[in-house]
Amino acid sequence: MAKIKTLADLKKMREDLQSKVDLREKADSPESYVQIKVGMATSGIASGAKEVMDFLIEALEKRNIEAVVSQTGDMGYCFAEPTIEVQKPGEEPIVFGYVDIKKADEIIEKYIKRGELVDGIIPQNYQVIDDKDNKKA
Amino acid sequence: MHLLVCGGTGCRASASDSIVESLKQELENKGLSDEVQVIMTGCFGFCEKGPIVKVLPDNTFYVEVKHEDAVEIVDEHVIKGRQVKRLLYQDPEKKQSISDSKHMDFYKKQIRIALRNCGFIDPENVDEYIGRDGYMALGKCINEMTPQDVIKEIKDSGLRGRGGGGFPTGLKWEIASKNNADQKYVVCNADEGDPGAFMDRSILEGDPHAVLEAMAICGYATNASKGLIYIRAEYPLAIKRLKIAIDQAREYGLLGKNIFGSDFEFDVELRYGAGAFVCGEETALIHSMEGLRGEPTIKPPYPAEKGYLGKPTNVNNVETFANIPVIINKGANWFNKIGTEKSKGTKVFALAGKINNVGLIEVPMGTTLREVIFEIGGGIKDGKKFKAVQTGGPSGGCLTEKHLDTPIDFDNLIAAGSMMGSGGMIVMDEDDCMVSVAKFYLDFTVEESCGKCSPCRIGNKRLYELLDQITQGKATMDDLQRLRNMCEVIKDTSLCGLGQTSPNPILSTLDNFWDEYVAHIKDHKCPAGQCKDLMKYVVIEENCVGCTACVRVCPVGAISGEKKQPHYIDPSNCIKCGACIERCKFDAIIVK
Repeated sequence: MAKIKTLADLKKMREDLQSKVDLREKADSPESYVQIKVGMATSGIASGAKEVMDFLIEALEKRNIEAVVSQTGDMGYCFAEPTIEVQKPGEEPIVFGYVDIKKADEIIEKYIKRGELVDGIIPQNYQVIDDKDNKKA
Repeated sequence: MHLLVCGGTGCRASASDSIVESLKQELENKGLSDEVQVIMTGCFGFCEKGPIVKVLPDNTFYVEVKHEDAVEIVDEHVIKGRQVKRLLYQDPEKKQSISDSKHMDFYKKQIRIALRNCGFIDPENVDEYIGRDGYMALGKCINEMTPQDVIKEIKDSGLRGRGGGGFPTGLKWEIASKNNADQKYVVCNADEGDPGAFMDRSILEGDPHAVLEAMAICGYATNASKGLIYIRAEYPLAIKRLKIAIDQAREYGLLGKNIFGSDFEFDVELRYGAGAFVCGEETALIHSMEGLRGEPTIKPPYPAEKGYLGKPTNVNNVETFANIPVIINKGANWFNKIGTEKSKGTKVFALAGKINNVGLIEVPMGTTLREVIFEIGGGIKDGKKFKAVQTGGPSGGCLTEKHLDTPIDFDNLIAAGSMMGSGGMIVMDEDDCMVSVAKFYLDFTVEESCGKCSPCRIGNKRLYELLDQITQGKATMDDLQRLRNMCEVIKDTSLCGLGQTSPNPILSTLDNFWDEYVAHIKDHKCPAGQCKDLMKYVVIEENCVGCTACVRVCPVGAISGEKKQPHYIDPSNCIKCGACIERCKFDAIIVK
């Protein structure tokens, strides 16, 4: 890892990282990745998020679906743990709650493969501050 | 196309199940089952206007839908592509209907500042943090601002300490910056101890770099080169992620010497606590870090003058730090437009207890308890009646129905007899006995008192004993006066915040639930039916067939009676375990 020596370094790095993310988001081709985030805070792990994450990684590979599975912190929906967020290329991310291995399998087969939603979606009910708005203002 | 039907508890209560059925049926009638799917979702958090049906991909949002509306939704929206206007949400102020949830005020109720990255980024990957403007604020401070500028920005933002006290953060930094010494320290207080609170843990687990960045900014502003995070060993995952984050920041040169090519150096280390509640008090915390007993000392001197190892030390809470990078990036004037006059920004709350949507929320200061509990929180579990909400943990109090429309901020909660605290909110329903709740918190305080000063060590124990007497029905009305007097004395004479606030759960329940205390004392009754000693198991003679099932199941032999004759429970032997009620098939045993 190279050191970040100046603010310009950091800005450049941020642009690179953001464009990578943007590429993933904007790409519409079937080859591009499905992104899955698994809520892995204490509450998630306690209700089985680790097993679900392991299952997702293994199952997606076996079924030849190109996907990036990563962990993230508490999404705030402790009542519905484990929670995962699935973002298909070019689509809005969707959060699913109460995801056990059976549900994870259903999400892969129905939502990721065929675009059909499954029960247990958690609607987002908050706003996140976005620094990009500020730059425009 | 998808039709999303809210399956939250609130909407289920208003029969969203039957809406799902009707929609499916109608789609089948029209031969559309293959193209349109009906999905049941979690709570939309808009229970007041439920049941909710949302149509994807066009995001149309229907409220107060009834099962007979299914035909119209399918005919008009699904087939003809026209919105069903009468089911759209009517904005009460602008008097117009809104079809897309993104434009509804309701969905602006939660704004995530401190939780901005929680649940979005991989906390173990610094690149994801940088991709979301991470460490930009630190770079901006070092390159473009003087330490005085930074302090002024934080002061202007109006940010107040999120650990509970609400002391202005900018002022705290200013005091620490003015005390000169060869070494100064920045301490992050991650000793989250209130029962039911998990805000700080979630931030550290979900966004550890935000705290590191803010500590470095604080170090720059106060001229401190060392940062310490005091975290309880009971948070192993947060510790693991902090360690990873510190290593990554060091590798990138974002911690260490010559940060961003300047002379500024800053590094962070972890210090572990053994999980003593009193160590959340800053002087006790510092002693614990020094390897001494975790006991508080009298202030002044404040840590800003003589803190860790006798050097000037600035102590802030996790959530306070998590706000800092955003304030620097977006400016004090952006931040201080959110919130109320004296409490700026947002507050993270951990919702727990008898509430449907247990979880973490972040709302602007000034949001009412009603909005938090009944809208975002989805209301009370099992359709029970709301009784009280406990805020501020063992230092806070219970707020009731009459406080539901009070805007939440530091000063309003104190005026209402509770306090903000660190952000735990425990919701109680009609089945909770308020004397027992007060007793629970006193039990906690007695356990956690460090024992250094007598009012706290002895006084809290006596308070607990009095409450215990009340729950056993052995107290007198004079005891209530004694209880109140002792509360006042302990508040006035205790050494630190723990004892100065520990009587609050009693005082606030005495004020708000006086009748309940009186019922325990005068009528020997617990209105919520929680106090075992005041319960009596009795046989209803008309219902008892004398089957002797209860006699056989009673573990203490308290039930007697002849076969086919009504039985009798001896109250002096009965331990109120409830085994007999469970066994009885004739509803012949009741609790009085």
